Amino acid sequence: MSARNTTIFLKLLMAVTGLFFVFYVLLHMYGNLKVLAGPEAFNGYAEHLRTFGEPMLPYGGLLWIFRILLIAALIGHVYSMAALWSRAGKARASRYAVVKTAITSTTMRWGGVFLFLFIGWHLLHFTIVKPVVNGDGPDAAALAASPYAMVVASFQLWWMVLIYLLALAALGLHLAHGVFSAQQTLGWTQTAAGHRRAKGIGHLVAAVIAVGFAIPPLAILFGLVK
Amino acid sequence: MDLTLKIWRQAGPRDKGKLVTYQVEDISPDMSFLEMLDVLNERLNAKGEEPVAFDSDCREGICGMCGLMISGQAHGPEKTTTCQLHMRSFSDGETITIEPWRAEAFPVIRDLVVNRSAFDRIIQAGGFISVNTGSAPDAHATPVPKPNAERAFVAAECIGCGACVAACPNASGMLFMGAKVTHLSELPQGQPERMARVVSMVSTHDAEGFGGCTNIGECSKACPKGIPQDVISTLNRDLRMALSSGH
Ligand code: HEM
Ligand code: FES
Repeated sequence: MSARNTTIFLKLLMAVTGLFFVFYVLLHMYGNLKVLAGPEAFNGYAEHLRTFGEPMLPYGGLLWIFRILLIAALIGHVYSMAALWSRAGKARASRYAVVKTAITSTTMRWGGVFLFLFIGWHLLHFTIVKPVVNGDGPDAAALAASPYAMVVASFQLWWMVLIYLLALAALGLHLAHGVFSAQQTLGWTQTAAGHRRAKGIGHLVAAVIAVGFAIPPLAILFGLVK
Repeated sequence: MDLTLKIWRQAGPRDKGKLVTYQVEDISPDMSFLEMLDVLNERLNAKGEEPVAFDSDCREGICGMCGLMISGQAHGPEKTTTCQLHMRSFSDGETITIEPWRAEAFPVIRDLVVNRSAFDRIIQAGGFISVNTGSAPDAHATPVPKPNAERAFVAAECIGCGACVAACPNASGMLFMGAKVTHLSELPQGQPERMARVVSMVSTHDAEGFGGCTNIGECSKACPKGIPQDVISTLNRDLRMALSSGH
């Protein structure tokens, strides 16, 4: 018998990895907002991410440390999600004829799957393949040279903005419950006031992230950033 | 009141079971839900049909024996036990679907009666304190700070009816277990066995086939005693502390 072999341990794994994602996403959002400050600021930031920590770290070292941590967190998050999901299915094998309960756990699970697919697309889009999605914009070589040009060319397309807005809606819903849930799982909500505070923090973090990420694509779509 | 009842009928644990429709007429709005079922059973008996099996004992809302899923809500539309629910909470002509608690850990024995021994085994695993028997200690021998005593009382209101499991989309028993763990963790008498208790109870809970918690809060909404979700937070914290102290 060990505390490690329990469903609460799985939840702790989900909470810690999830909070690491939130930390990363906030940094990422801050970086994206630099688009508003123009090409030098944004490209300079992207370059800075790679030179950060030199000469203690090699070029791109910090970025790779982050990537490895993110992959490890993703594995932990998805593993605990899958284990708890299958457990829940077995625990309620016979269904009720009439169901009146909330749908949040369904939203979390299918929303999480959607976010996972989105991250796959997003990495292909901006990191791995960097396809020329906008025929009227710069060519592949120019996009590779300037992350700013890549972002602006992409978000001049309304359907690309729509994909990202849908993903942000999913992320916002995921975080509105997830950030509260992580605090509850870590045992930080032991009073009624603590419970309300944790819910408030969840909604605030979700709103800040959804709105903060939505600003650059919308600013580009409406021509405020060229 | 005239009502249409759709009741889960299942002859035994291995029977597949199905919803059967019954009409009941002339029900008084002042009857309790269980009295309404008693009336139905008298009429079924008179016709020579098998009465509907359901659990109850005190019928005062204190023992935790009763419990039915009423049109998708554990213990029905009010915040109370099924025995303390009255027919005035329903409207004339309404169709009411009555099902047993559904969870693999609570197998159906017959019709609306489920086996909740899994809860007893969770209590046996750690929901107690070890003391020497003999003469009772002085009531004030061990001082308890008032906020801790109050929270322990709130948690101790749990009657173990299982509505939390029934309402949870994951069929998790965390609210029940959170109430028991919080009750003892808030008190000085609960401290010596605190770490071993939480690991043993949670392991038994998992082995019984209950699901994990997703902090949705359906449990607290269904709880006839209004046990707050924050007892699950205490349960989680105790497990985290047990983890870091090597249990
Ligand atoms: C409007 C929303 C978003 C925009 C404009 C955006 C933009 C970008 C860009 C330009 C990069 C490439 C950075 C570089 O390599 O220099 C990137 C990487 C990444 N983004 Fe986003 N992103 C958005 C939303 C999200 C969301 C919602 C998530 C997930 C929670 C996410 C997760 C990632 C990850 C995991 C990477 C890879 C980081 C790496 O290279 O290791 N992004 N994003
Ligand atoms: S019969 Fe005792 S609580 Fe309902």
